[in-house]
Amino acid sequence: MLEFRKDIFADERDDSLVEIGQPTARQDILGHVTGTSPYYDDHRFANLLHLKILRSPHAHARIRSIDDSVAARAPGVKRIIRAADVPVNLNTLLSLIQFGKDDEPSLASDVVRYKGEPILGIVATSERAALEALALVRVSYDQLPAVLDVEEAIKAGAPSVNATYPKNTFEYYGKYDHQKLRFGDVEAGFRQADIVIEDRYQMSPIEHAPTETNGSITVPDTNGRYIVYTSTQALFFSLDTAAKINAVQSNQLHFIGGTVGGGFGGKVDTLTEPLCILAARLTGAPVRYRLSRHEEMQFGSPRGAERIYVKDGLAKDGRIVARSVRAYFDSGAYTRLSSYAVVKCVAHIPGPYTIPNVHADVYCVFTNRTPATAMRGFGVTALDFALECQMDKGAVAVGMDPLEFRMLNMYRDGDMKAHRREAKNCALIECAQVAAEKANWPLRDEFRRMSSRQGGSHERAGVADRSRTPQLASAAKPAPSTPPSPVPQRVAYERPTPAAPTRTAPPSPPPRSAPPSPAASPAGSTHGAPRFSSVFGTRRR
Amino acid sequence: MKTPIQFHLNGEAVATFVESGANLLDTLRETVGDLSVKGGCWQGTCGTCTVLIDGVPRLSCVTLAEACAGKSVETTAGLRRGADLHPLQQAFMDRFAAQCGYCTPGMLMAAKALLDRNPNPTRAEVIDALCGNICRCTGYEPIIQAVMDVAGSDNRRRA
Repeated sequence: MLEFRKDIFADERDDSLVEIGQPTARQDILGHVTGTSPYYDDHRFANLLHLKILRSPHAHARIRSIDDSVAARAPGVKRIIRAADVPVNLNTLLSLIQFGKDDEPSLASDVVRYKGEPILGIVATSERAALEALALVRVSYDQLPAVLDVEEAIKAGAPSVNATYPKNTFEYYGKYDHQKLRFGDVEAGFRQADIVIEDRYQMSPIEHAPTETNGSITVPDTNGRYIVYTSTQALFFSLDTAAKINAVQSNQLHFIGGTVGGGFGGKVDTLTEPLCILAARLTGAPVRYRLSRHEEMQFGSPRGAERIYVKDGLAKDGRIVARSVRAYFDSGAYTRLSSYAVVKCVAHIPGPYTIPNVHADVYCVFTNRTPATAMRGFGVTALDFALECQMDKGAVAVGMDPLEFRMLNMYRDGDMKAHRREAKNCALIECAQVAAEKANWPLRDEFRRMSSRQGGSHERAGVADRSRTPQLASAAKPAPSTPPSPVPQRVAYERPTPAAPTRTAPPSPPPRSAPPSPAASPAGSTHGAPRFSSVFGTRRR
Repeated sequence: MKTPIQFHLNGEAVATFVESGANLLDTLRETVGDLSVKGGCWQGTCGTCTVLIDGVPRLSCVTLAEACAGKSVETTAGLRRGADLHPLQQAFMDRFAAQCGYCTPGMLMAAKALLDRNPNPTRAEVIDALCGNICRCTGYEPIIQAVMDVAGSDNRRRA
């Protein structure tokens, strides 16, 4: 049941919510419950042809020769589509917003770089005829060494996956092989820390597995244009991508979609439309290109796997004084959207906590795996998993309640974030308080009274605030200085015993012992660089 | 080689020719023209293509069309009576029990089969009846609630 806590921040909000809190019917639900919603495959055309794709059985191989002469004579085959037929056979999705270099062919011509990479298409009168003809194509390969691990891929001498990025790392702004975040002095922070916790987190690729697989139908229109019915979750993005690959003006394509049988990020890659349109152009007939369930699961791009190393330095009173993150995003063989995932990841470090010393290096790495793509918070979700595991371990290490440990470190209004933007309109402490109340999770008094609006300051993040008087100075006496241990104590994470851990005396809300002021803006900072407001656009801040 | 078959689809007699080995899903969608049945995996695992054959939920993608000769097939297209929605359809709307909508026809048919044989199922029985139907938007709870709403209502109409 929804409950609105209008008492929180009542003075910050015009309390005239009309729609929020009221049930509203989805505009498409009548179609859904009557089975009449028009998914792309619910359009019928006479003499529909079917496109099926020959895919690489190897993770990395040179194509020596392709013999499709027998397949071309197979029953029902109308047309074979080869790499040479693709007008612009190199693309990267985010080239539409001038981000990254074209690195991915629609059909591989010389080298295949992941198992499942498209090589050749057959258009036939039925899916079955196309599949049977595919079985008659003979491809001769020279297998090449494959690299399947992100850290192996960036070692000297590793096989080069993608000719566009020979060092196996995406290139940011034409020169950087990773994204950095630098705030404060993380080494000094670790020296100052009483406890250091370090761990490694490894994610798996996750397939979106929408119940409707990726697909599209292209129909020649009566005016020389092409109508494309598609499952895409990004209609104009797919339209522009398909137009680029087909070397046609985008006004030659009429995309019809918006009814998507589950996307979750797995339908932004424009997997089927470019070749489906090409097949219709080459045959003059309506063509459907629909992924089978096997293709969807095996070759449809998944959420990428990330490997994340996190090192936290903690003061005994529960403050996080330093956090260092090193992460590798497995982009697979081509870029697609992983370059952007890394940008999102770095923007999310160090999580919603005020930490005076933060250091991050995050790499977008190419391997001979299925190219990865968007999926529900990609770039952020995995990082949050790693960071919140660290928070649980940190709470145990300092002997605090895990929620109170988090609350002590959460952003408050006026804090300086590691990205040098001031925290505003914070409400996480209040959310934690309500969550604790709902879950009957006991919080000590000072945490029940804690507020996002009090105690925040640039100083909390070790940054001098030249613009105003810190609120905090008068609010609390300086914290008892905790003498830094000469040698930081490393702790192994252990699950808390059933008995409640002994709690240390409640820490006074910071001022923090002033860590070194942040280093001057490091060379290579991304001043003036485009920041993404979404996959589809940029803004400058 | 095409074989003539006859069956009843949502109460109407249907006569058509099917390729030997054709499945019921393709026959309904491509030959008969009932597009309310959706294909999800074409291998009998996801439940999206669920239809009722003689009142029993079946996966139409792995059911031979020829095996349906002389039988009664029900799909979501037959749930509605004119302008009136079936109570399950109304409950799915009221409970917001559809997001992308692609699994919805299969869910509705699995739920109808349950309520037709057991008008007052327990929550556990509802979950059991729907456990072969995958919803990747993961909206299971409202779906279960919608079926429970109909199970509990007095004006439930049995089609």
